[in-house]
Amino acid sequence: MTRGSSRLIWGVTRLKKKMLEVSDLQVYYGAIHAIKGVRFEVDEGEIVTLIGANGAGKTTILHAVSGLVRPRSGGITFCGQDLLATKPHQITGLGLAQVPEGRRVFSRMTVKENLEMGAYARKDSIGIKEDYDRVLTILPRLKERRRQLAGTLSGGEQQMLSMGRALMAQPKMLLLDEPSMGLSPLLVQEIFRTIREINAGGVTILLVEQNAKMALELASRAYVLETGKVAMQGAAKELADNEEVKKAYLGG
Amino acid sequence: MYYVTQILNGLGSGSIYALVALGYSMVYGVVKLINFAHGDIIMVGGYTIFVLLGMNAPLWLAVAGSIGFCAVAGVVIERVAYHRLLNNDAPRIALLITAIGVSIFLQNLAQLIFGTNQKPIPKMFTLPAIRVGGMNVSNTLLNIVVALLMMAGLQLLVNTTKIGKAMRATSEDAGAATLMGINTNSVILFTFAVGSALAAVGAVLYSNTYMQIKPMMGGMLGLKAFVAAVFGGIGSIPGAMLGALILGLAESLSVVLGQSAWMDAVVFALLILILLFKPAGLLGQHMKEKV
Repeated sequence: MTRGSSRLIWGVTRLKKKMLEVSDLQVYYGAIHAIKGVRFEVDEGEIVTLIGANGAGKTTILHAVSGLVRPRSGGITFCGQDLLATKPHQITGLGLAQVPEGRRVFSRMTVKENLEMGAYARKDSIGIKEDYDRVLTILPRLKERRRQLAGTLSGGEQQMLSMGRALMAQPKMLLLDEPSMGLSPLLVQEIFRTIREINAGGVTILLVEQNAKMALELASRAYVLETGKVAMQGAAKELADNEEVKKAYLGG
Repeated sequence: MYYVTQILNGLGSGSIYALVALGYSMVYGVVKLINFAHGDIIMVGGYTIFVLLGMNAPLWLAVAGSIGFCAVAGVVIERVAYHRLLNNDAPRIALLITAIGVSIFLQNLAQLIFGTNQKPIPKMFTLPAIRVGGMNVSNTLLNIVVALLMMAGLQLLVNTTKIGKAMRATSEDAGAATLMGINTNSVILFTFAVGSALAAVGAVLYSNTYMQIKPMMGGMLGLKAFVAAVFGGIGSIPGAMLGALILGLAESLSVVLGQSAWMDAVVFALLILILLFKPAGLLGQHMKEKV
């Protein structure tokens, strides 16, 4: 599905069902104007990536979507719901889960407890148990470590746990913030393979990455952010071939 | 035998410190706030008992009423005094000053309503006498048993229940907890309610043990409970208990050595020692400060 849509031109993908829509987003940190009128969309089933240098505002955008940062103005709708009118802790319940930058697992809780926390907003205990087993199948490294404290896991395992925890919310859409950060190339491959699997399972993906090369290989569409603005956008393949993008983000 | 009774005495008063220290530790664990008004909650609990017993309420109602009233008071204090500061990421010093302000307010409010003199509390629990070395220690044992039960209950709450796990998650990373769908504001209110309810249990034991209360009673008691929480490792439930019991023992030790005038000095010397040699406290974990 993502393979197919990655060949489509910009205008054609727009015919699909919109899942996340961000319009004219303005975010300030005190006097600092961090996000200056960003607009982007993610359609159902897509993998979309936001790439850009450190400080371009990628994490801030994800935090605004998840309600951790309040934008000064703009609009964010998810499946028709106005997220700016939704309390931050109720956003997960709508089917929008985030795998935050730096994993942010609960290090003094066990792997199992971390996964339980992911399902905090859910009430269906049978479904939660099923998803728990399913997550341990997708992420087998976690299975043997489920009684360990999350703080004792390696970086790669913590990334897996953070992803598993988000999956426990039964999300329609997953926001991933720098999942490759600080991991060995081999682990990065594994993480990206897992993201592809999750997407194939029907979860829409919005991926924020500094590893632009890997992100553009995985995604169907991409937005290039520069100092709080969308500098370029389009099909991931095309952006990967774009000379400017190559020079700035793909190391020549 | 003299030593055994002194040890029991130390553990008995340590148990009252423990019930206050648990609340200090819980609130600190979840919101990183030293709630200096927490000691005064035990005074609020004491006066609630005084008023209810004065209205000829049955004992169970006085106890339950005191616990309930303190829990509500804890929630109101959070809402009125701390909530906006916490939600706006106010500097710690602002929170600390506010907490001291709440403490002074509570002490003065009690003086205004009840006067500055101490009030007598009638004997609350009549227990079968248990004699050790000619001294009846049944009250002391009651304090110890109740404190241990409360600590065990709190441990169970924090480790096994959904809200308890949400408390631990919020304490580690409130932002990540929000991403999980945890309403951290409710978790914080719940923490204040439980902490204050535990202080009220402390108030029940205090009233039963010393049979008198006064508006300023929470001051030194709260300070010592705070020392106990730091000594045991603030944020740790068993740590607060252990710290408080050691504190109580240290106090009774200074009595045994005939130096009861130095009792308070011993307590604060312990604080200085632990801060020098193990700043995280006996059972505390070093928490990495996030930049």
